[in-house]
Amino acid sequence: MNMIVCCKQVLDPEAPPASFKIDPANNKVVPPPGVPPVISPFDEQAVEAALRIKDNQGGKITVLSLGNNLLRDVVKKPLSMGADELILLEDEAFEGGDSWSTAYALATAIKKIGEFDLIFCGRQAADWDAGQVGSGIAELLGIPSVTVAKKVEAVDGKARVERVIADGYQVIEVTLPALITVSNELGEARYATLKGIMAAAKKQPIIWKPSDIGVDPSQIGAPGRRSKLFKLFQPVREGKCEIIEAETPAEAGTNLATKLREAKII
Amino acid sequence: MAEFKGVMVCGETVEGKLSSITTELLGCGRRLADELKEGLLCILIGNQLGEIPQKAIASGADKVYTADDPLLKEYQTDSYIAVMEKVIKDVSPQILLLGQTAIGRDLAPRLAFRLGVSLSMDCLELNIDPDTKLLQQTRPVYGGNARAIFTAESFPQMITVRQKAMSPLEPDESRKGEIVPIKVDLDPAKIRTKVIETVKEEIAGIKLEDAEVIVTGGRGIGSAEGFKQLEELAKILKGAVGASRPPCDNGWVPDTIQVGLTGKIVTPELYIAVAISGASQHLAGCSSSKNIIAINRDAEANIFKEARFGVVGDWKQVLPAFTEEVKKLLAG
Repeated sequence: MNMIVCCKQVLDPEAPPASFKIDPANNKVVPPPGVPPVISPFDEQAVEAALRIKDNQGGKITVLSLGNNLLRDVVKKPLSMGADELILLEDEAFEGGDSWSTAYALATAIKKIGEFDLIFCGRQAADWDAGQVGSGIAELLGIPSVTVAKKVEAVDGKARVERVIADGYQVIEVTLPALITVSNELGEARYATLKGIMAAAKKQPIIWKPSDIGVDPSQIGAPGRRSKLFKLFQPVREGKCEIIEAETPAEAGTNLATKLREAKII
Repeated sequence: MAEFKGVMVCGETVEGKLSSITTELLGCGRRLADELKEGLLCILIGNQLGEIPQKAIASGADKVYTADDPLLKEYQTDSYIAVMEKVIKDVSPQILLLGQTAIGRDLAPRLAFRLGVSLSMDCLELNIDPDTKLLQQTRPVYGGNARAIFTAESFPQMITVRQKAMSPLEPDESRKGEIVPIKVDLDPAKIRTKVIETVKEEIAGIKLEDAEVIVTGGRGIGSAEGFKQLEELAKILKGAVGASRPPCDNGWVPDTIQVGLTGKIVTPELYIAVAISGASQHLAGCSSSKNIIAINRDAEANIFKEARFGVVGDWKQVLPAFTEEVKKLLAG
């Protein structure tokens, strides 16, 4: 079973909300000082989905990340969890893209990798929350996709996927090769083991430049965008919370109920 | 751009009815179509659609295209996308609206890539730029920490809209419109997925999306046992219980009651957040609630920025007294 997982390096979504700042002149988020980036959590769970298949029936997992000046400690994490190989599409030409240019570059790189049975992506990235790259890659490669998976098994040349829907889930069988996007319902991704970290430290990522995958520069990064970012802003929070004070927490609870009655909320 | 005309809504049906997101999309689509002085179109895909197309007209559509076929009974990416590709190429709308639902978030991106156009998912606001006549597409980004306005110059301008972000029109059964059945040649051999089973994990009591009162617990609740106390309060208030992500991930409660960016989006009259810090991705699912009440030990917790009333204290001491008093007030 040859598996490919696409992982994105993002600003840590768990950073305190108060540290979130925007540079309005450039429509960019200012990285919070002292908080290192991470692999987008859904992508980590995509790695986990691939590892569970590898645990059961063996296979090779190739991780693909795209960006510029990627931090080795961050992008190597899937290797320390148990992935086999890391390919970085790393060049300034890849910067400033949208779902279109990103999916195009990743799909082209996957064609170069050549052999694959399953491709995994997170359902959406923790920065732009666009939720399109997985489906986009599948469409560009002409393979079927199942999105928002909470469980993935490979049986008899097919994948059996539990896909999350509003009131439960659907069990879907899909022919291989296929692309699956993974949701948090899959469960927590495993921790890297010490052995894994040491093994990952020894592995060198393979670096591919745009010319290595033969992409047209006009189709990747900022020039390849099909959407225009018009404005990025922080929604204004009113922040007028009335704190109910009392001698004891229990009394505050009682007073809260009275307050809600006075305000005709209950 | 002259050849792209009209606003199209990709409708969904649920249990033989027009789904609520579809009426919301039609309400929003009507406004956009009127501003552009163009028609509002709707496409309905399914099997045995019956009276549903008429309901779409009552909810604002001028023209409803129907693809009615046994092969379309259940949503499958390959079959629905084949229908949508044909309809969009035949009709050439300038705007295409879909719901941010299990179907919309699967169908929309693949369709956008097939058509070669841009797409904005999970939009909260849509406005026509008075100068360019292009659609300004506002959506949450960075887990709800920020919002971004996008535009696109590829047509149709494709959008998925968050549930409950738009208002439906009052249905008018006397509205007139046209229903146009479309023929699609579907090749079952080209459908590469198969639905083996649909498993409903319905929660007893009121559905989260329909509840007027929601009592939600976070990581600080600490256990499945803890959630029993929230259930008690929810029962007294005739509401439903929700959770932020950690209780779901820890298996204290089912995944289906998760409120947040990737869970349910709720807009109740009263949202009681217990031991919830207020991560942006959670607030993305509840911030449109009418009244948010927060109980949290940490006075600096982000949830207090969203709340109307709050108590700073340990929920284990606050909640029983609160529940007791609520019970008394409602009985009296």
